Amino acid sequence: MWKCFSTRASRCFSTSASNKALKWWDHVAPAPKDPITSVTEAFLADTSPTKINLGVGAYRDDEGKPVVLQCVKEAEAKIAGCDFLESVSSAVSSKLVEESVKLVYGKNSDIIKEGRFAGVQALSGTGACRLFAEFQRRFYPESQIYMTDPTWSNHHNIWRDALVPERTFHYYHPDSKGLDFSALLDDVKNAPDGSFFLLHPCAHNPTGVDPTEEQWREISYLFKVKNHFPFFDMAYQGFASGDLDRDARSIQIFVEDGNVIGCAQSFAKNMGLYGHRVGCLNVLCNDAKQAVAIKSQLQQIARAMYSSPPIHGILLVSGILSDPNMKALWVKEVKAMANRIQSLRTTLRKSLEQLSSPLNWEHITNQVGMFCFSGLTPEQVDRLLREFHIYMTLDGRMSMAGVTTGNVSYLANAIHEVTKFG
Amino acid sequence: MDSSSVFANIVRAPEDAILGVTVAYNKDSSPDKLNLGVGAYRTEEGKPLVLKVVRRAEQMLVNDNSRVKEYLPIVGLADFNKLSAKLIFGADSPAIQENRVTTVQCLSGTGSLRVGAEFLARHYHQLTIYIPNPTWGNHTKIFGLAGLSVKAYRYYDPATRGLDFQGLLEDLGAAPSGSIVLLHACAHNPTGVDPTIEQWEQIRQLMRSKGLLPFFDSAYQGFASGNLDADAGSVRMFVADGGECLAAQSYAKNMGLYGERVGALSIVCKTADVASRVESQLKLVIRPMYSNPPIHGASIVATILKDRDMYNEWTVELKAMADRIISMRQQLFDSLSARGTPGDWSHIIKQIGMFTFTGLNTKQVAFMTKEYHIYMTSDGRISMAGLSSRTVPHLTEAIHAAVTRSG
Repeated sequence: MWKCFSTRASRCFSTSASNKALKWWDHVAPAPKDPITSVTEAFLADTSPTKINLGVGAYRDDEGKPVVLQCVKEAEAKIAGCDFLESVSSAVSSKLVEESVKLVYGKNSDIIKEGRFAGVQALSGTGACRLFAEFQRRFYPESQIYMTDPTWSNHHNIWRDALVPERTFHYYHPDSKGLDFSALLDDVKNAPDGSFFLLHPCAHNPTGVDPTEEQWREISYLFKVKNHFPFFDMAYQGFASGDLDRDARSIQIFVEDGNVIGCAQSFAKNMGLYGHRVGCLNVLCNDAKQAVAIKSQLQQIARAMYSSPPIHGILLVSGILSDPNMKALWVKEVKAMANRIQSLRTTLRKSLEQLSSPLNWEHITNQVGMFCFSGLTPEQVDRLLREFHIYMTLDGRMSMAGVTTGNVSYLANAIHEVTKFG
Repeated sequence: MDSSSVFANIVRAPEDAILGVTVAYNKDSSPDKLNLGVGAYRTEEGKPLVLKVVRRAEQMLVNDNSRVKEYLPIVGLADFNKLSAKLIFGADSPAIQENRVTTVQCLSGTGSLRVGAEFLARHYHQLTIYIPNPTWGNHTKIFGLAGLSVKAYRYYDPATRGLDFQGLLEDLGAAPSGSIVLLHACAHNPTGVDPTIEQWEQIRQLMRSKGLLPFFDSAYQGFASGNLDADAGSVRMFVADGGECLAAQSYAKNMGLYGERVGALSIVCKTADVASRVESQLKLVIRPMYSNPPIHGASIVATILKDRDMYNEWTVELKAMADRIISMRQQLFDSLSARGTPGDWSHIIKQIGMFTFTGLNTKQVAFMTKEYHIYMTSDGRISMAGLSSRTVPHLTEAIHAAVTRSG
């Protein structure tokens, strides 16, 4: 019945509809491509057998293949027979939040015992940042956000779309390829009291440059004096040092100093759950009562965006974190991933030095986490792409996870080729 | 704590009206309690249902060692997108064949509506959306927060418990040219009142003549009549005239994938070039919201839709769910008739889909909750999916008491 009807309608009405219909979308310009995901798109389209993808920060094994962690496989086998497909029950969601927050503050933290935090699951790190940005604007509509220069490209999009204006503060020193610490402190001092700052607690993206523990203490102290609000985006816990607790140390320093903080966590990288979109947002509160209020506001924001997060990933993460054996296995697997990256950093640096590169490549092993901010210029990055089929973002950020014992020599030679004349 | 929280002055947000019903229900310790609140399907035994075909698909995915968990593209799983477009627009839709449709995977119906609304708020020239009165409680918040101005058009007539068709035509007729209009593709939530085919045709003509932009919310395809194609009739009618529209699809109910957050937003455009540009702009909305959509649920859906046997199995299970609900409607109606409960209860069998707009007022609803431990939203909407043959008598008693004793 529908088929007949629709053909008739099509004959009668399409001409007049075409004539009458407003040209609604003629002015819509093609959007610029995302600087990170477009690298992977280009890589996938490349047919060269020697191609290397050092674009997106997704872990690869030594064969260059994506990895599903063993603990995840076990967790998934467990839940495959389960009854859940309903919206996240509050027991499950509380479990995930509680276990996630333990990773941030330590499992014996008073904050957790006293319920002094508002925690909600979020759509990985992006979703957690966006929820916070929306929350920030709702309750501090005149506020801005200070971001490191540089920072992950999507941070700019997130706070902009939440209508929170941004400012940058000094972070990376292009000459030393390390931290521009004194300029950083100046910027923190000069910001108006009570400003919001976006900090990377470990494995800074894109630079791989982290403050030392002493430097973090100084920064934290200054934050307390200035009454600034630190928001931590923790996407690589475990990838900086290989030790999950150690990688959260910066946050704990801030908390010990009495700073009231917020934190976004992602399980994309350290649990290899990229596509499942699992993360957590928490905001420290005065007490459990206030935590209930803040949580309700965060849930309201989420409800109008996507209602609730996907349950599958939540079940995997809470299953792994709440089972001591599985959690222990996970901790080992994270260390193994971090170790592989660290060892390839060493190999790459040695290879470049053995090629008698005129440049200093210490930063390859000084920088931590998934990325190396190589210092390559856009022209050099472009040459690597065209001549060697090596893909990275134009700012010279290389995802070390894409380097393998099989391709590190090729990579070193290629980098040497494009930089040997300075 | 040394320093006071910068958020110390924040007050507690009100509970979501619909989800709050389940919260209250869970707190109730009465053995007779009945949850007719949120629109999630329940079996005759009152249990949630995971479709057999979904289990099978999920097991296939788990057993497939070649599967990885990498990021999906920003627009989601390609197969899923193509299959979803075919499901709603029809496999032979000229719009699809001419590449005039862009489809992006989103987080269920809510996510699809929000992404669509954000896109419109940025790129469309008329930032007002007309929504039916009443509509799903979350619609206003979604569109409002996306930056659209929300107005209502008449829809439900409490006197007839049916469609206020004249009012609808008048209000849409008076809307400024180019305004966006939210349409429930079938099984209107909360009223269960759908236009007839003839009425849809009139609505279509009016909207096209005024250049009003249709935005379909399709959350119950297959659930209304038990037939997927029939339930997509309204959407296909609009696409068939060659014009443009948006459509948000949800797989929460018809595949029982509620918690996995699986849905799709399609925008039907005049030309393939426009569709391509529109898609690139949708990516700019999505990336700063959550980067890319979740892989698991969409993989289940794609697995089922692309396999002929699994697809057929799904249609059978879907029809069974729809049939059970239709039978509950009949049982409740028969039970109230037998009880001699005053009033005309024929709307229970005339209304379509998961919900019945009972016509009970807030006082009567509160009475039924207090005295009979029956939970529903305060507008008198009951989810038929929460009923069973066993609980129909209890509900009948409660309605009878509410109508005869209370306001």
